[in-house]
Amino acid sequence: MTLIDKKLNRRSFLKVSTLAGGGMMLSFSWLAGCKPTPEEVLTMPKEWFELNSYIKIGENGAVTLFNPNPEFGSNVKTSLPMILADELDVDWKNVFVEQADFYPERFDRQFTGGSQGIRQGWTPLRTAGATARQLIVNAAAQTWNVSAAEITTSAGMVEHKASGKKAGYGDMASLAGTLEAPDPETVKLKDIADFNIIGTSKKNVDGPNIVTGKPLFAIDHKVEGMKYAAIVQPPAFGMQLKSFDKNSVTSMPGIQDAFEVKIFKDDYGRNFFDTTSFPSLIAIVGNSTWEVLQAKKSIKAEWEKAPESTFPLAGRGGQVVDVKVPEGLENSTTHKAKMNEYITKSGNILRKDGDPEGAFKKAARVLERTYSAPFLAHNTMEPMNAFADVNGDKAIIYGPTQAPELIRQTIANSLGLPIENIQINLARMGGGFGRRAYSHHLTEAALISQKIQAPVKMVYTREDDMSAGVYRPTYSATYRAALDENNNLLALHVKAGGIPESPIHANRFPAGAIDNYLAEGWQIESNITIGAFRAPRSNFIAGAEQSFLDELAEEMGKDPIEFRLELLKRAETNPVGENNDYDPKRYAGVLELVREKSNWSNTTAGISRGVSAYFCHNSYVAEVVDISIKDRQPVVENVYAAVDCGIVVNPDSAANMGEGAIVDGIGNAFYGELTFENGAPTKRNFDTYRMIRHKEAPKKIEVHFVQNNEAPTGLGEPLFPPVFAALGNSLYKATGKRLYEQPFQPQLLEMENLRM
Amino acid sequence: MALFNLNINGKSHQVDLDPNTPILWVLRDHLDLVGTKFGCGIAQCGACTIHLDGTAIRSCQLPISAVEDSQITTIEGLSKDGDHPLQQAWIEHDVPQCGYCQAGQIMTAAALLKENPNPTDADIENAMNGNICRCGTYTRIKAAIKTAAKSA
Repeated sequence: MTLIDKKLNRRSFLKVSTLAGGGMMLSFSWLAGCKPTPEEVLTMPKEWFELNSYIKIGENGAVTLFNPNPEFGSNVKTSLPMILADELDVDWKNVFVEQADFYPERFDRQFTGGSQGIRQGWTPLRTAGATARQLIVNAAAQTWNVSAAEITTSAGMVEHKASGKKAGYGDMASLAGTLEAPDPETVKLKDIADFNIIGTSKKNVDGPNIVTGKPLFAIDHKVEGMKYAAIVQPPAFGMQLKSFDKNSVTSMPGIQDAFEVKIFKDDYGRNFFDTTSFPSLIAIVGNSTWEVLQAKKSIKAEWEKAPESTFPLAGRGGQVVDVKVPEGLENSTTHKAKMNEYITKSGNILRKDGDPEGAFKKAARVLERTYSAPFLAHNTMEPMNAFADVNGDKAIIYGPTQAPELIRQTIANSLGLPIENIQINLARMGGGFGRRAYSHHLTEAALISQKIQAPVKMVYTREDDMSAGVYRPTYSATYRAALDENNNLLALHVKAGGIPESPIHANRFPAGAIDNYLAEGWQIESNITIGAFRAPRSNFIAGAEQSFLDELAEEMGKDPIEFRLELLKRAETNPVGENNDYDPKRYAGVLELVREKSNWSNTTAGISRGVSAYFCHNSYVAEVVDISIKDRQPVVENVYAAVDCGIVVNPDSAANMGEGAIVDGIGNAFYGELTFENGAPTKRNFDTYRMIRHKEAPKKIEVHFVQNNEAPTGLGEPLFPPVFAALGNSLYKATGKRLYEQPFQPQLLEMENLRM
Repeated sequence: MALFNLNINGKSHQVDLDPNTPILWVLRDHLDLVGTKFGCGIAQCGACTIHLDGTAIRSCQLPISAVEDSQITTIEGLSKDGDHPLQQAWIEHDVPQCGYCQAGQIMTAAALLKENPNPTDADIENAMNGNICRCGTYTRIKAAIKTAAKSA
């Protein structure tokens, strides 16, 4: 047993009985639950006893565990309850998992993003499991009149060996539910060596429902009397609604009404997840999706150029800043020209070690390269949508959101209702990737429901979804290295920016490994909305940095893995500067592991390999990509990933997410691109926006985890950023040409040795 | 509006709708069969794949007026107890991440295996190329199809 000092919010450990008066009741409508395997041992009990916010146990020993976080495909709905189950010491096959609704009085952190679910849930969920276990033990001690310290548990059974007494958790649940919860600060947690669920692969608890097409998503939701809504948004960034003719659609079959929806009240102070492309839209309401989509095509509306505007925004620290939305219809060609101009100017100095200017002056040689990447659309397969039922002063919202807490505040303000009257039920999301941290679609559905005084489901078309994005910004990064006459690295300089943010993480590797280091950032304002996209900023800068290091290693005549390891050794033994935000040993560890697993020193005829490594979201990843050229096209044959994210809760599921991140990265590196003409995205659906497909996916992916007992860290994002460079570096080996601009595919088509 | 008699998953249904209404929305809005998903509306992503007389087809581009004498199968009717070899293989390989596209993937794969019980990797890639998985589960989908082909 381990005693861990825990700074915990005690609300998670309250029993529902103490909240029944004040808090909203959870909807237990999903009580049918989901079994991970067909070997159902226990049926539904007659009665449930709540031990804390996360855990209910039935009289027959069945266990219900709540997944607090929104599920968008990272499988937290399985992995977080596994943590509870292990500390509770129950048999996983007797566990039912339910998705919790948004319920801040019961749960601490109902947010999915930043690869933080497992990391931040780790100690609270272990503690919740352990306190519930202790309640069962205390109930047994009381029942048997023995000391709690002499009682042991295993797989849902309590036992007092000295007296030979043994019982199931179900026999003790009724009494346990009435006992005072043990102090979460001092409750004993399992030794890591005693875990028997954490670290074993458990199937996705929603798997059976997914493969049989059960309604799981908000877009599947339907209630009696529900109306359907579509939205019409301005045709371009920099445009706004001038007027529209309601009569152009209200006589169409099945159409009830059309009206303008303003998402925010004029005096509302937005939060950092309130990003929305078009704060004013037309809503069309009718009897079916098809009918409102027909009306959407027919509506007569006039649009006008939007003037420059500003709005107050509360940042993460709570400080309020005025955000300027410039006027104008922007073009990708102009963006490119502006960015090229900024490359030549000085930026804001973000970090400086030693004397980089002096080092460049005395350099025998300078290697300088500029990398760029375009805007990207998230393109979640389930388009933005939401169900809302605003009835008088109460609102029930069921929608795909990664961040229910903040959008609840927004919805309350927009509807003019008290925040406690806004209930948000968490739908499984058909993808998120950061996009659904911005949940304006929930507010839109709520406002539509309030206006028509009926429940409504609002659905974006793919075109709406792709052209009102909260995009990954376009970026550019220029790297310079100073070498002396003996090819020693004297200095490194990175200057990077974007529209409208810089991608620089100034304290990351290779900062700390080079005596003379300079990082500068710049940004260009825009009215195109941007936001978190799987590993924000890292998803570009990793590719630029790791491509440059590859080229630099070649210039210096070094093996690319060996070169990185030398730099990391320097950062470990004699670090330069302060605030280096990575552990050089763990960083080196993944490079060593990928070297071993990919058999790096063994070359195969016809296979070109590239390597890359990156640290972000608290986890370390190194990747090797193998490509071949077939029919003058690159084929990704193998990808080897080595990952250090500490303890891996659900290994096969973790590998699945890693494989997905690799496929996602390869797809975006080859094809991902959104461009703008006169403020309008030039691609609005999958006929023009190219997504990676089956044929283009790697033939084989291996994800290997470093085995250690470090507390678990993020996994949804860290495997994504390094792929870009591993692929680019392998393409260089195959073609002899370095690629500096994403996406790669158009340049490959132009290459003589690859051309059809 | 017009009356249409439909045969879906072995059951007959009558609906009174605009003849141009795509089967996708008939299934989802009018018959409460929501396993068939809306992804793009232009037959480019495969999320809405169903079987029309055993052939995989994108239901978002298929008007109700074109299917009256046909047998339609959706993911809900692929097997009685959710135990089609592909559904079992999908569980065995723990394929889904977000899960949204998977019904369409399975329906396309089921039509492939019916026609070609022992597909090569290239056969699988060709048949499945119209189904996008944004989460990137392609390698698992391929493995699951191979497992199902062996067990069928």
